[in-house]
Amino acid sequence: MTPNPYLFIVIFVGVALVFPLIPLMLAWLWRRFFQPPKPGAEKNAIYECGVESIGEAQIQFRSQYYLYAIIFLIFDVEAIFLIPFAVAFTSLPVGAFIAILVFLLLLIEGLVWAWGKGCLQWER
Amino acid sequence: MSEIDEGLRRELQRQGVWVTSMQELYNWGRKNSIWPLQFGLACCAIEMIATAASRYDIARFGGEVFRPSPRQADLMIVAGTVTKKMAPQIVRLYNQMPDPKYVISMGACAISGGPFKQGYNVLKGIDRYIPVDVYIPGCPPRPEALLHAFMELQRKIDDQKLTGENKAKHLNVAQPSEFPVPSFGEHDLEPPANPDVFHPAKIERQS
Repeated sequence: MTPNPYLFIVIFVGVALVFPLIPLMLAWLWRRFFQPPKPGAEKNAIYECGVESIGEAQIQFRSQYYLYAIIFLIFDVEAIFLIPFAVAFTSLPVGAFIAILVFLLLLIEGLVWAWGKGCLQWER
Repeated sequence: MSEIDEGLRRELQRQGVWVTSMQELYNWGRKNSIWPLQFGLACCAIEMIATAASRYDIARFGGEVFRPSPRQADLMIVAGTVTKKMAPQIVRLYNQMPDPKYVISMGACAISGGPFKQGYNVLKGIDRYIPVDVYIPGCPPRPEALLHAFMELQRKIDDQKLTGENKAKHLNVAQPSEFPVPSFGEHDLEPPANPDVFHPAKIERQS
């Protein structure tokens, strides 16, 4: 008789649950019977570098930031294309040089367009 | 050290039976995995780094896991000059460590201010604010000295009792786990020492 193939998954899940739960339970029992809890203002503080925290932890990042992210992404990809171009620059034919210049011009045109639209202005 | 009769234990060991008590097992586990808090204050920290590196290898004693967070640390090695600007941070870090926690005061500066004792900006010993378990003299102490202090601390942990009158202080409900953090006063840290912690030796002259 062959066991159900899914039985192994059940065993696996069972072991995966019990294995971490046993130490956690032992730690809980230890605390329950031996170790008195000693919470305190300093001990429960959020920040743990010895300096008192200033202000709130929940800071909002403005959604306008996505414009910069998109523009950055375009020029980041451009850099990937430019590096092999720069490495092979001396052995390139004139056609390839013109092609990369056109590519650069397109991107620069895009930057000028974004600038003209006011995308580089920080929106409040 | 143990409640088990040594002769009986040896006899059982000869028969292949290993007996222990909860307390021994607990202390054995604790003393062989003391995780120090990772911070250094001055030149003693260089010696502490040397102790952790391969030549002196504190990993032989189970103390190689220097934790960057006080939440995971058992031991604070105050390695170096404690300036008055740094003292509140050290006390706060000590407060944030979970019990049981131990302190090694490493070097002359951490013990008493050392060569800077007369200076206006140096704390004259970290034991003014937090309880210190082991003191290491030296300026700076060699890595062997830190290892010796580590072994002394292991011996101290091994002797701690789980129950009874003189049980370990972290198991005592009345023993505080946090100590007041000093603040900057007009001339000095306020208070200049914690009277509950700081018990300096009194010098009595014989006439």
